[in-house]
Amino acid sequence: MDLSMSTRTEGDRTIVAVGGEIDVYTAPKLREQLIDLVGNGSYHIVVDLEGVEFLDSTGLGVLVGGLKRVRAHDGSLRLVCTQERILKIFRITGLTKVFPIHASVDEAVAAGD
Amino acid sequence: MPTVRLQISPTAAHVRTARLVATAVARRSGVADSALDEIRLAVGEACSRAVSLHQEFAPDELITLLLEDEGKFVVTVCDKGPLGAEGRFSDPTAGFPGLGAPEGLFTGSSDRMPPGFGLAVIGGLVDDGPGTVVRMTWPLGAQLA
Repeated sequence: MDLSMSTRTEGDRTIVAVGGEIDVYTAPKLREQLIDLVGNGSYHIVVDLEGVEFLDSTGLGVLVGGLKRVRAHDGSLRLVCTQERILKIFRITGLTKVFPIHASVDEAVAAGD
Repeated sequence: MPTVRLQISPTAAHVRTARLVATAVARRSGVADSALDEIRLAVGEACSRAVSLHQEFAPDELITLLLEDEGKFVVTVCDKGPLGAEGRFSDPTAGFPGLGAPEGLFTGSSDRMPPGFGLAVIGGLVDDGPGTVVRMTWPLGAQLA
């Protein structure tokens, strides 16, 4: 249903801008996208969540899965998010300790690994 | 009597249906705007859990949501999944005696039974069918801290 994704690259970083709702219904699309990227050799991924209106534990699971996949290639998965209601979910679940969360795509792209 | 009773087939798409209905009823019932996001997420999580249980164990059964607003806003999500099944989701190699392969019990490092084990015992003792009820409550009209 309401999930949009667009992908672009900046240097060796791949930015996935996600919009809409990431839930049990739409999360498989994001999972496929992340698997495709890693399969095609993109190991440094920035997931831009600024356009996301809803994120649940299924979506968190997909992001964790993406992180596991890039880590297997010494890569990175960074998030961009400033929305309090989305950040709250990462805090509740303790995943703020797992994901680097940035305030802008520029900041995430500039961050070293 | 529940204000609204909703039954959904166990499909991922209807988790969103349940979220939308619950949020709409909550708004109409006078729940503070600040709590609507929490209700949306909590109802979605409860229904996602019920849907995945049903898809595996009770694909032909409906999941029931009751939404009540007498004094406070109460959401009840009722599934018909087997009790204790979730222990197997978190560790698929460990089964419960009577529910799956017991070998997993001997391969883990802990001597504690998984969290759902006691529920599996209860499921073997009661007659009124399996299932779990998740009940969630929010105040009406009040601002959350």
